[in-house]
Amino acid sequence: MANDKRIDEATGVETVGHEWDGIEELNNPLPRWWLWTFYASIVFAIGYCVVYPAIPGLHSATAGTSGWSSRGALAHEMKEADAERAGIRAEIAATPVEQLASNEKLLRASIEGGRAAFKVNCVQCHGAGAAGAKGYPNLNDDDWLWGGDIATIHQTLQHGVRQPGDDATRMSQMPAFGRDGILTPAQVQDVVSHVRVISGQEKPSGSSQRGAAIFAANCAVCHGGGGEGGRNVGAPRLNDAIWLYGGDRATLTETVTNARYGVMPAWGSRLDPVTVKMLAAYVHSLGGGEAAPAPAAAPAQAAAK
Amino acid sequence: MNLAHDPKLTRADHSEEIGFYEKRKGVFPRGSDGPFRRLKWAIMAFCLIVYWGTPWLRWNRGPYAPDQAVLVDLAHRRFYMFQIEIWPHEFYFVAGLLIMAGIGLFLVTSAVGRAWCGYACPQTVWTDLFQHVDRLIDGDRNAQIRLQNAPWTPAKIARRTFKWGVYLAISFLTGGAWIFYFADAPTLQREFWTGTAAPVAYATTAVLTFTTFWLGGFMREQVCIYMCPWPRIQTAMLDERSLTVTYKDWRGEPRGSVKAAAKRAEQGLDPLGDCIDCKQCIAVCPTGIDIREGPQIGCITCALCIDACDKAMADVGRPRGLIDYFTLEDADKVKRGEAPTPVLRTIFRPRTLVYFGVWAGIGVAMLFLLGSRTRLDLSVAKDRNPEYVMLSKGEVRNGFTVKLRNMEDRPRPVTLSIDGLPGGAIFTDEMDAALARTVLSVEVPADTTKRMRVYAIVPKGAKPAEFLFQIKALDKEGGQDSVRTTFTTAEGNGQ
Repeated sequence: MANDKRIDEATGVETVGHEWDGIEELNNPLPRWWLWTFYASIVFAIGYCVVYPAIPGLHSATAGTSGWSSRGALAHEMKEADAERAGIRAEIAATPVEQLASNEKLLRASIEGGRAAFKVNCVQCHGAGAAGAKGYPNLNDDDWLWGGDIATIHQTLQHGVRQPGDDATRMSQMPAFGRDGILTPAQVQDVVSHVRVISGQEKPSGSSQRGAAIFAANCAVCHGGGGEGGRNVGAPRLNDAIWLYGGDRATLTETVTNARYGVMPAWGSRLDPVTVKMLAAYVHSLGGGEAAPAPAAAPAQAAAK
Repeated sequence: MNLAHDPKLTRADHSEEIGFYEKRKGVFPRGSDGPFRRLKWAIMAFCLIVYWGTPWLRWNRGPYAPDQAVLVDLAHRRFYMFQIEIWPHEFYFVAGLLIMAGIGLFLVTSAVGRAWCGYACPQTVWTDLFQHVDRLIDGDRNAQIRLQNAPWTPAKIARRTFKWGVYLAISFLTGGAWIFYFADAPTLQREFWTGTAAPVAYATTAVLTFTTFWLGGFMREQVCIYMCPWPRIQTAMLDERSLTVTYKDWRGEPRGSVKAAAKRAEQGLDPLGDCIDCKQCIAVCPTGIDIREGPQIGCITCALCIDACDKAMADVGRPRGLIDYFTLEDADKVKRGEAPTPVLRTIFRPRTLVYFGVWAGIGVAMLFLLGSRTRLDLSVAKDRNPEYVMLSKGEVRNGFTVKLRNMEDRPRPVTLSIDGLPGGAIFTDEMDAALARTVLSVEVPADTTKRMRVYAIVPKGAKPAEFLFQIKALDKEGGQDSVRTTFTTAEGNGQ
């Protein structure tokens, strides 16, 4: 091939001797600074291989003198992020949950932190949009079994619902009226008729009139005379449009016959206190959150007048 | 051209192998004067004044916006240019400007060749500036070559140190000026000198100082010849009707001194050409090429050789323009004995007119867009999960994230209302649901997008519906926007 080298007439530069369909390559020399740059990059690469993990072995690569690893870098970044949040988390920890709302900055941080924690811990039952499902309450609406102010939500989160081993857990135990023989199947149907009448799903009938008497004797003690529910015992409101398990005749029959015992874990023993507060703030912010009940002192003052 | 006299061809017998690298040949351009040199002075002065002066221009925008005429506010994602303020979503204006710049380069290149390279490119402007520094400190071409070849005596070291110090000062001013486009210039300058500016300001200044010092002070024409892709692209965009700096070899060759020409005339031989081989064109060239070898990648068409040649021609009483802006097509025409095309016909031809049309079209379209853009904007994102919420009394609630964008530099009172939702009302997460109504009053802060959670609520018996969210400005400038969205209920959701 070397014999094909020749001097290109137009430029006066030697060719490398290859030819492709009449196209030839000129053998222009590289500028010297370019070569220096090239050598410098080789030196840099050698240094890089020494300092950073580089040469692969069977199970791992050489460690490098700097001790850098991608896992280490992630751990470092996570630590930095935690350190960044430490201040506001300390503030939230020091603030009683019912006073979070009075501090805009803490409330915003809590809601966003709660949003993230909710996605990890709560969506399995309550759904990604907190809209719930059969047996799992919708947290967006204005209907609360135990109360919808932020402190009550926090209490429910902290201790769970029917959580074994937690003394302060939310506990409500409706009798299994049918299964335990308290009511006959016919009586259960009458009660169901009454409940469907007070919730506006049926017109009054003979069955519902019989049911009203049975309701007053067996149910009103917890659910209230008009079915308005009782939050102190977690008895659902029955005269509204919202049903945890369903308001149709078959589902109500099932509920009255066997009762329902839904369970929620006590998150206080699983998550740190700040995260539980954040979750309470987030759930409270979803659109159904209620204002805190009037302080206990108010009725006393009213009585004094 | 007679190849036998080309010194490079002594290697034809392979007696001398080409090395792996080429040592850089120093370029020591001689100072010159002439119309093109003065044009270059003017363009250099203009470019430098614009570069250094722009960040210090003030422009009153009221109390809610910065008063710097040109400011790229990366932290707040705003771009200010005199009375124009651009938000990130309007970045297409910047894209449009870049496209115009690109097509503008096509236009300029097809008409007058590598004019960008020769006059306006920062590499050219700063290299020119540094070469003037060379001439001021070291003297003109011959003195510079002498000093370059001189041994490193204390005097040379002192002189070099001084010159590189001047380089560094210019480089620092260049690199330092850049940061003022990204923050309030007077404030940043104070912070810069007191050591309280952001680290990125110092880092940017350091990097740009170094690149200016290195590229302008030392790399110079090597950047154009080896690093920059633009000469290759421009070379491809030139055609035979583009004006380039051309040595008229048909007029100049065979070259020879005035004496040699007289001698040949005495001997009755063919007369010589106009080129007296004074090599002034080589001496003034900032990239160190010989334009008489024809068009080449190293020629940035700065036209300094035209000035130099014209001066030499005047000295020997021959017509100017032996080296001149000329097109390849005209060169062929003249060689055939035809008249060259008039310059205006060369510049105004279909190709350049099409480029100009596209360039101007984009410009006019952008001006139109700029004049008609709205400064008040509404966007509504409906909650997807849950799509709707049933409330105790049978009402249905839908959640929306509403963004009110006020692009004016002052707070604006607006109303947010709904239209077309039977029985519906709206309320925000900051007010009681009992106060829901169809029109809410909102104050949107200056130059801000206000984000609100808005709930629409419809009493029992709600049906799915399409309805409008509307925003109306209450101040005297007015303006409004609306977004059509949907209201979802259990109906049509399988329940």
